[in-house]
Amino acid sequence: MYDAIIIGGGVVGCSIARALSRYQLKLALLECSEDVCTGTSKANSAIVHAGFDAEPGTCKARFNVEGSRTMEALCQTLDVPYRRCGALVVCFDPADRPRLETLLERGRKNGVEGLEILEGEALHRREPALDQRIPAALYAPTSAIVCPFELTAAMAENAQHNGAEFYFDTCVDTVERRSDGTFVLHTDHGSFESRVVISAAGVYGDVIHNQLCPQQPRQIIPRRGEYCLLDRKDGALVRHTVFQLPGPMGKGVLVTPTVHGNLLLGPTATDQESKETTATTSAGIDLLLATAERSVPHLPTRDIITSFAGLRAHLSDGADDFVVGESAPGFYEALGIESPGLTAAPAIGVYLAQQVAARLGAAEKSDFDGTRKAIVCVRSLPFAQRKALVEAHPAYGQIICRCEQISEGEIIDAIHRGARSLDGVKRRCRAGMGRCQGGFCAPRVMELLSRELDIPQTQLTKSGKDSLLLTGHTKEVQAQ
Amino acid sequence: MREVQLAIIGGGPAGLSAAIAAYDAGVKDLLIIERDSVPGGILNQCIHAGFGLHTFKEELTGPEYAGRFIDEVEKRNIPLLLDTMVLDFSRDKVLTVSSRSEGLQQIKAQSVILAMGCRERPRGALNIPGTRCAGIYSAGTAQRLVNMEGLMPGKEVVILGSGDIGLIMARRMTLEGARVKAVVELLPYSGGLKRNIVQCLDDFGIPLLLSHTVVDIQGTRRLEGVTIAQVDHKRRPIPGTEQQIPCDTLLLSVGLLPENELSTAAGVRMDPVTGGAQVDDELATSIPGVFACGNVLHVHDLVDFVSQEAALAGRSAAAYLLHGEEAGRSIPLVGKNGVRYTVPQSLHPETMNGPVTVRFRVAQPLQNAAICVYADDRLVRRIPKRVLAPGEMESVTLRPEDVESYTAQITFCIEEGTAQ
Amino acid sequence: MSERILTCIGCPMGCTLTATIENGTVTTVTGNTCRRGDDYARKECVAPERTFTGTVRLLGSTLPVLSVRTAAPIPKEKMDEVARAVGTLRIAAPVKCGDVIVPSICGTGVALIATRSA
Repeated sequence: MYDAIIIGGGVVGCSIARALSRYQLKLALLECSEDVCTGTSKANSAIVHAGFDAEPGTCKARFNVEGSRTMEALCQTLDVPYRRCGALVVCFDPADRPRLETLLERGRKNGVEGLEILEGEALHRREPALDQRIPAALYAPTSAIVCPFELTAAMAENAQHNGAEFYFDTCVDTVERRSDGTFVLHTDHGSFESRVVISAAGVYGDVIHNQLCPQQPRQIIPRRGEYCLLDRKDGALVRHTVFQLPGPMGKGVLVTPTVHGNLLLGPTATDQESKETTATTSAGIDLLLATAERSVPHLPTRDIITSFAGLRAHLSDGADDFVVGESAPGFYEALGIESPGLTAAPAIGVYLAQQVAARLGAAEKSDFDGTRKAIVCVRSLPFAQRKALVEAHPAYGQIICRCEQISEGEIIDAIHRGARSLDGVKRRCRAGMGRCQGGFCAPRVMELLSRELDIPQTQLTKSGKDSLLLTGHTKEVQAQ
Repeated sequence: MREVQLAIIGGGPAGLSAAIAAYDAGVKDLLIIERDSVPGGILNQCIHAGFGLHTFKEELTGPEYAGRFIDEVEKRNIPLLLDTMVLDFSRDKVLTVSSRSEGLQQIKAQSVILAMGCRERPRGALNIPGTRCAGIYSAGTAQRLVNMEGLMPGKEVVILGSGDIGLIMARRMTLEGARVKAVVELLPYSGGLKRNIVQCLDDFGIPLLLSHTVVDIQGTRRLEGVTIAQVDHKRRPIPGTEQQIPCDTLLLSVGLLPENELSTAAGVRMDPVTGGAQVDDELATSIPGVFACGNVLHVHDLVDFVSQEAALAGRSAAAYLLHGEEAGRSIPLVGKNGVRYTVPQSLHPETMNGPVTVRFRVAQPLQNAAICVYADDRLVRRIPKRVLAPGEMESVTLRPEDVESYTAQITFCIEEGTAQ
Repeated sequence: MSERILTCIGCPMGCTLTATIENGTVTTVTGNTCRRGDDYARKECVAPERTFTGTVRLLGSTLPVLSVRTAAPIPKEKMDEVARAVGTLRIAAPVKCGDVIVPSICGTGVALIATRSA
């Protein structure tokens, strides 16, 4: 019997796990995929929003602003890349200026600091890449960018370090509340018992919710957002995250640098039924590029290295807010965590952990260690330090991913920390994330995965389950 | 800091040939730096025949062709740093390199030859819509898996792109027991050799679908199928022509890009059309003492020409090291009217003491046209061609007498309908 | 008498050739624009040949497979049989480039040779 089980290893679930691991509790996190950060958390804008979008008084506003304020310190504690680059919300028509003022006012009410409206020369001096015709923008200096993969992995690693158990490839089919108030979670890998259940199941949040709260059913409409990622040489094209005035479907298309120096464009917003389909469409990408060009003209679209889509867990009932709290006795959830979910995740985790700990009467551990060290990034080390590292651990001298200059040592560390697929390695240490998109390093990374995990190459996957990379050996195929 | 007269970045066909030529021209203190565990570069995975007809007058496989050059390098005891990645090279020719065996070190060179080769364009560069499931590989990655690792990427295959790598892989996968359902080509013609179309596709009954492209990719975990469609003359898919092909593998053979991250970081002036450095008739880049050759300079279709070009880079580096720079007046070579680019992009008439091979590609396939070369307004060469194709690199040899002391520019262009 | 249409592989032109075949020999070739087309059609229609290239399993080496080829072109219709036969071979390192793996592959009289050392 666990004290608490978290469903879902996205950024929210891992944040809850880390926050709960501070307490004297027996914890487990169940994740359907082969690794953490495989759903919404892996395909989003990677922005730490300042907090001027959400209506004052909402959960979104509260957790956003709290997340924005605490993210930098958290990233320092967890050794996660974070950069406060500031954001601009541009308008294209002087007639839209009042809408910027509405945002500014809303931001002030939410407690966002430093907001101001920039116009003309002051605006274009601050962000020279903007279309010269853009008359005005809201400037939010506290907006930042973060690495969502590493933030999620870091919180997961830290939760594990403090005793939380993680179960992968474990899909929760049903959650049953027993008469004594405890829960049984039926999964494809056996049953788990727990005193408390916390759902952070992303686009599947409604499925869990409706099993435990059938009298107040909720529905999540997955809202697909398509993105394009450009080469690292283009990351300096814009200094800030450049938003456009938000519309009914969300914050619209942004142009932003990433913490790793790429340029990211997106997202579009299309509601769909499927909770799995993250296909991109040519219409979506065309629209995305045309819209992004309105903010920043002459985007070097020939430098696009990949495009992808993510699903936002949008609640269909029009309330436009997160649901965070105890929805039934002993059942907690973070439901409908769409944007600004990444920003809000740390604050949601702390809030829910406090509630759960209070319910279970759990005390804090005396030996909780909230710090975590990242996989060493050899390319960013000063020469002498890097030289010493390679002398001590020669695997850091062997470069496997040419484009991102990722060494064998970093890949081995990523695997030892939990990467079990090609995509897992990519998210945890960026091998294959560069301009050739794994063309050169994929066979090498596959060799390392096979060696370190002691599984045959023919059983390796791109992203878990039956996403097999190979169909066999050459001569076996021929013998058939 | 380790010092060397000449450092060659890359131990593929270009680097090996450059090293041999530089050595033979008198540079004995040189070093080849190769990131793989063996020299030979991409040739090691090109196990098909067809290499070396120009150089050795026989048809070799890639490993055999590389082997001939490796033997020559070994005969001369030219040192090779293997499994070693050049992380950075600076304007003053200090190379930072990393390897497992020798760690991180800096090497100061008096001259550098860039021979890093090229890489394949990934799916993202084409923005092919659909899912990001397993089973999508660039043709070169699949080639490595099949030919070097003995691993099969899939059983039911569609190949996008009919360049030679795509065609070669169609045959290779078929001979290994896979079923290649189609080779799909965006353009109305194939960039591959006729010989490869006949021997890699026709021999096995594999259809080549010209003016088609992949418009959707299906499959949540592993690829389940692709949708292809015909494209119009502007290469846009024509609605209503879509057809779905069930398959578990999509191979992409959609172009090669010179791998010039080191060059750009060092400040070498680049040619936006070739994606390689701008060079003169000695293959010297904008940084004195730095030369470029092979696929990192511009993508070749025949390795024989890579070897030839690289030998020139080797000799030029030797001349630079042994005799110093002979800077003189430089005039531009310009491609116009159907000629997309030229390599070299400039030449020095005063130091031109022998023929200069100028290589280039045409923009579109043409029949019965002529390659014309003008020194300013004066026609110096007219070469009738029954056929010209973008997939075939063309070359013209300029002689010193083609260039006058007052020539300001040499222009390469195509004139149509004048073959006779 | 029969006709066969084929694409010339001599150059990028890719002429469509029509070969007239009588009693197993090519009597006329049309559609070609140069001598190479004529030569190619006469050979290809009567006794087409191809060089086989592939890999064999390699034991006792870091390389899992070794690249091989036929030392000379073999009859085209033998390609499938040779591919299958090569697929069953297992050879042990060390091997030198040019070493004969099979003296006469599938009775063609042509040797299968290693194309690299391992």
